Amino acid sequence: MSRVRTRAGEPVEVAGLRADRVSRRADGRLILDGVVLAPQTGSTVGVLGPNGSGKSTLLRLLAGLLTPTAGVVTLDGTPLGDLPRRTVARRLAVVEQQADTQVELTVVDVVRLGRVPHRRAWTPGTADDERAVRAALERTGLADRAGQPWHTLSGGERQRVQIARALAQEPRELLLDEPTNHLDIHHQLDLLALVTGLPVTTVVALHDLNLAAMYCDRVVVLSAGRVVASGDPGDVLTEELIAEVYGVRAAVSREGPERRPHVRFLGTLA
Amino acid sequence: MTVRALALGAGGVFLLVVSLALAITVGPADIRVADVWSVAASHLGLGSTDLTPIRDGIVWQLRLPRTLLAAVCGAGLAVCGAVMQSLLRNPLADPFVLGVSSGASTGAVLVVVLGVGGGAVSLSAGAFLGALVSFALVLLLSHTLGGTTDRVVLAGVAAMQLFSALTSFVVLTSADAETTRGVLFWLLGSLSGAGWTDVWLCLAVLAVALVVCLSYARTLDAFAFGQDAAAALGVSVARTRLVLLCVTALLTAALVSSAGAIGFVGLVLPHAARALAGPGHARLLPVTALAGAVFLVWVDTLARTALDPQEVPVGVVTSLIGVPAFVAVLYRTRRVR
Repeated sequence: MSRVRTRAGEPVEVAGLRADRVSRRADGRLILDGVVLAPQTGSTVGVLGPNGSGKSTLLRLLAGLLTPTAGVVTLDGTPLGDLPRRTVARRLAVVEQQADTQVELTVVDVVRLGRVPHRRAWTPGTADDERAVRAALERTGLADRAGQPWHTLSGGERQRVQIARALAQEPRELLLDEPTNHLDIHHQLDLLALVTGLPVTTVVALHDLNLAAMYCDRVVVLSAGRVVASGDPGDVLTEELIAEVYGVRAAVSREGPERRPHVRFLGTLA
Repeated sequence: MTVRALALGAGGVFLLVVSLALAITVGPADIRVADVWSVAASHLGLGSTDLTPIRDGIVWQLRLPRTLLAAVCGAGLAVCGAVMQSLLRNPLADPFVLGVSSGASTGAVLVVVLGVGGGAVSLSAGAFLGALVSFALVLLLSHTLGGTTDRVVLAGVAAMQLFSALTSFVVLTSADAETTRGVLFWLLGSLSGAGWTDVWLCLAVLAVALVVCLSYARTLDAFAFGQDAAAALGVSVARTRLVLLCVTALLTAALVSSAGAIGFVGLVLPHAARALAGPGHARLLPVTALAGAVFLVWVDTLARTALDPQEVPVGVVTSLIGVPAFVAVLYRTRRVR
């Protein structure tokens, strides 16, 4: 009962978040086509692919913000659509590419939003709520900046606050859609180190192949809505694949103790 | 923090009660605060008053309902504005953004100028029906155009223009000078015709709307980073939007049909209240209601006495006072980059 079959036919456990042959069609165009994703509990999965390959759509399907036109996304075996939104939000947190607001909020105000799915109307916050907010601030190194206004934060700090907000939801799954866009290199590395160090299952859409190689346990490469490769970054990120998917000439070297691949771009393919 | 919230609430209620009592004493007939209490007490069966029937009538039939209606309208419009601004993520949103006031004006003008309804429909009822028609149009239009929040605002602006044009057309082609003057006074907002029926009706609608909006307080907080962020926090965005749009539209329609389109309260007061109470809606909405009530009580007092015996439409005064206040609030909360 609690097993499904992947396209390859091997049975897998259905604990956690699973996308089973999900497709999404919009305005008659197929944006995602039969994508299977089954992140191992506690691992970090990178979703790669050129612009328009369906990365964001896949993440929105996984978050339950969109419904698949075919296939199903399940949380511990239950389709997301059958679960109340609040229940989903207590399990699964989302960090967007770039979050902004007109409202005058402080860091701790934003982090407290993570408790919205845990709270009922007309009741004040509980000790549990405060504990989760404090823990999220500590974990992200923001404890001493709780009172700082959101609008005075840099892009990297804002993403950090959004991650703290996501942690305050006490999720087991964390979805991030290109969280390092608009950040300088220090903040990119800093953010991914923070995220991959968290005790949650993480699915992160990334543009930068080298960041993916450094921080992801597995990567899934999308091209025109289909999975064209998936597996260990060292196996997936080859010169041939980069040429095929991105139309780019690259040299891939494997140095360093972990032999993680490093991609050096040489130019576009004519 | 909770102590501050309680102090803010208690202070606000106290300020409102004192404002009501004081505002009633302003004007001819030399009425004192003690007279206001004794008249109120005698009509509530809690004592007797030694005021003459005429002065008793001035308090009980004219100034008390008028002042109470001012408080209810101020509170209601301000709360609608606060909810709209958060829900539509637009600091320019106000209760009239859904086209409700312009629809109400068209309804009222059709009744008053063209005699639609053959006398069976009052101005208020015409205004109320017009408001609902206009709101239904905005909902339908925004749904057809894609249903996102910016579409709601754009559909509202379109409806506002359409119904304003209809109102002007009817007034210019069919009304005589006398009727035009009366209609104009109502269009700009006026509490001069306030009676107890208006007060009870608006108060009842306000109470229901406040309870509904407050039960959505946390949900409104979640809209700070947009609808997707709210949905990811477990909010059912479509239901929330429909419920809150309907409740605020109904409240606005009720207020506008009693007092006309009093502008600016719904736009400005929420911003001022945010500066006082912070962004959390559980505290912001009650503070906004109290601030709106106190504000409109005093503005209406000014409107009926400043050019005595001539009365200025209260909507004119709200704008004259509101604009500088708005600028001051925005200046105070400006962001230093």
